[in-house]
Amino acid sequence: MTDAAHDDGGTRRDFLILAASAMGVVGAGAVAGPFISSMSPARDTLAAGAPVDIDISHIQPGQQIVVLWRSRPIFIMNRTPEELQKLQAAPDANPLRDPSSGALQQPDYAKNWHRSIKPEILVLVGICTHLGCIPGFNPQPGGELGPSWQGGYFCPCHGSRYDLSGRVFAGVPAPLNLPVPPYTFVSDTVIRIGENPAGSNFDLNSVEQL
Amino acid sequence: MDAPRKQSALVRWIDYRLPIFSFMDHELNAYPTPRNLSYWWNFGSLAGFMLVLMIATGVFLAMQYTPHADFAFDSVERIMRDVNWGWLIRYIHMNGASFFFIVTYIHIFRGLYYGSYKAPRELLWILGVVILLLMMATAFMGYVLPWGQMSFWGATVITNLFSAIPIVGNDIVTWLLGGFAVGNPALNRFYSLHYLLPFLIVGVVVLHLVALHQHGSNNPLGIDRKGPQDSIPFHPYYTIKDLFGMGVFLIVYAAFIFFMPNALGDPANYIPANPLQTPPEIVPEWYLLPFYAILRSVPDIWLLLFTIPAKTAGVLCMFGSIGVLFILPWLDTSPVRSSRFRPVYKWFFWLLVIDAFVLGYVGAHRPEGFYVLLGRAGTLYYFFHFLILLPLLGKLERPRPLPASISAAVLRAVPAASGKVEHA
Repeated sequence: MTDAAHDDGGTRRDFLILAASAMGVVGAGAVAGPFISSMSPARDTLAAGAPVDIDISHIQPGQQIVVLWRSRPIFIMNRTPEELQKLQAAPDANPLRDPSSGALQQPDYAKNWHRSIKPEILVLVGICTHLGCIPGFNPQPGGELGPSWQGGYFCPCHGSRYDLSGRVFAGVPAPLNLPVPPYTFVSDTVIRIGENPAGSNFDLNSVEQL
Repeated sequence: MDAPRKQSALVRWIDYRLPIFSFMDHELNAYPTPRNLSYWWNFGSLAGFMLVLMIATGVFLAMQYTPHADFAFDSVERIMRDVNWGWLIRYIHMNGASFFFIVTYIHIFRGLYYGSYKAPRELLWILGVVILLLMMATAFMGYVLPWGQMSFWGATVITNLFSAIPIVGNDIVTWLLGGFAVGNPALNRFYSLHYLLPFLIVGVVVLHLVALHQHGSNNPLGIDRKGPQDSIPFHPYYTIKDLFGMGVFLIVYAAFIFFMPNALGDPANYIPANPLQTPPEIVPEWYLLPFYAILRSVPDIWLLLFTIPAKTAGVLCMFGSIGVLFILPWLDTSPVRSSRFRPVYKWFFWLLVIDAFVLGYVGAHRPEGFYVLLGRAGTLYYFFHFLILLPLLGKLERPRPLPASISAAVLRAVPAASGKVEHA
């Protein structure tokens, strides 16, 4: 080591310390990787999150069933023609926050006024976009929810209201429409939740708010 | 302190209120360490590293483990098969127990060879023995958690040691297990304690270090530092030496983790626990084998008026084998620390090392015929060494003359080692 080396601002020892420390940091990072990764869903958990087939032939018009997919409640509702008609009418008393489903809360194939593939069959992730409670199914107009209630979902936790397409009303705590999961029709009576129709690659984790 | 003054304003602001930087400077930079420490002095910091590693891997395993008799075994298999990198974390932890004991046993025998337990380091030594006991308890309870055959029957055998206690023995065993035999309540409390004890170990390690830093490290010559010429700062000299040793150690450890992860374990523990069938041979993990050998070797002991039954005697001797370590600083009457200057003790030290290996060998075999005799001889020598030999040797042995100081001995050795002529 000459004085010239010092003038350059670094000695051989500085270099060795830096190189050894950098290797140490890389090594520590490499060790940390598996530990962090171990906290991600394990293979069995992922396997349990595989698509599920649901027979919807027994759901009468106006009825809803709830199934579990990836540990989340999935609402599957068979809407009546009257209910569908109400959804198309312009909301008067209670305006919707996002009536045209502009926010990314559904796959492209559900970005329509009925937020579904077939108009009558509604498929939603039944988790309020406010703080994660499960909204109640209140399809009947009026009643406890007031004269302006047209039927929809009412979250008991903080009073968020959604219509029968899962669209959130303005003036409630929830910021976004209920998410629509990826699903496809295997046949007329069986839907597969967790799988997109051919040509789509929607991922539920890509929505703005689950 | 000197160093913090050179630091930034923020460091000085913090240090004025919370003197962690002064503390680190005092305990690392300024901490005077004998200049002649050999690689045998690496094992203390290695043990500390293993403790941290075991806690870190254990915390991550605990996130995936299910402490229930019906699910424990399957949850461990799930860690091995389904959890991302679960096999790696478990193998680090599982082999970590073995390597923690390897490191600790070398550390202990280092202390025995160089007399590190002698005044003024008696409490330092005793705290170390407490750590050893806590480690054994932690390792034993951890071994129960996978709920394999060895887990179950090891737990059965070890908890039944307490039934040797007169009159209340059986009640104590029932109380320890929270049931009439090893079962779910025992598994749950073992899990709880297996998580707790390592943090107690951390606490005792802190005390161990405080006691160490009070008088500083012993050294291969076993003589006190007499001035600045005898010592060098811990940092960077021993931090770098410790790190280098750790690198070598990690290569060996990693070789086990990646290439022979089950070499140190018992395959019977991959059979789910079966309370209706004892495996043909029950053996503890290798690091407890010498103590297990002592437990099984002892016959009925006749005293003048009454008999200690073999079971009780075995339990007493097993605990006694650790117990003698507590009073070792007073059993060894020689004022000379290092075996380098104790020509007779040096040989007996190596005999004790061989004895430990013999007992370990005996512990791994069924107590029949030759093994019984060997076990009894080994046990007898173990206690003879500590209780009779060490007190007598201090009086009978004539130690070699001690060097005047560490620096004198070190500097004299340099020309001799390089073959140069000594300049007087």
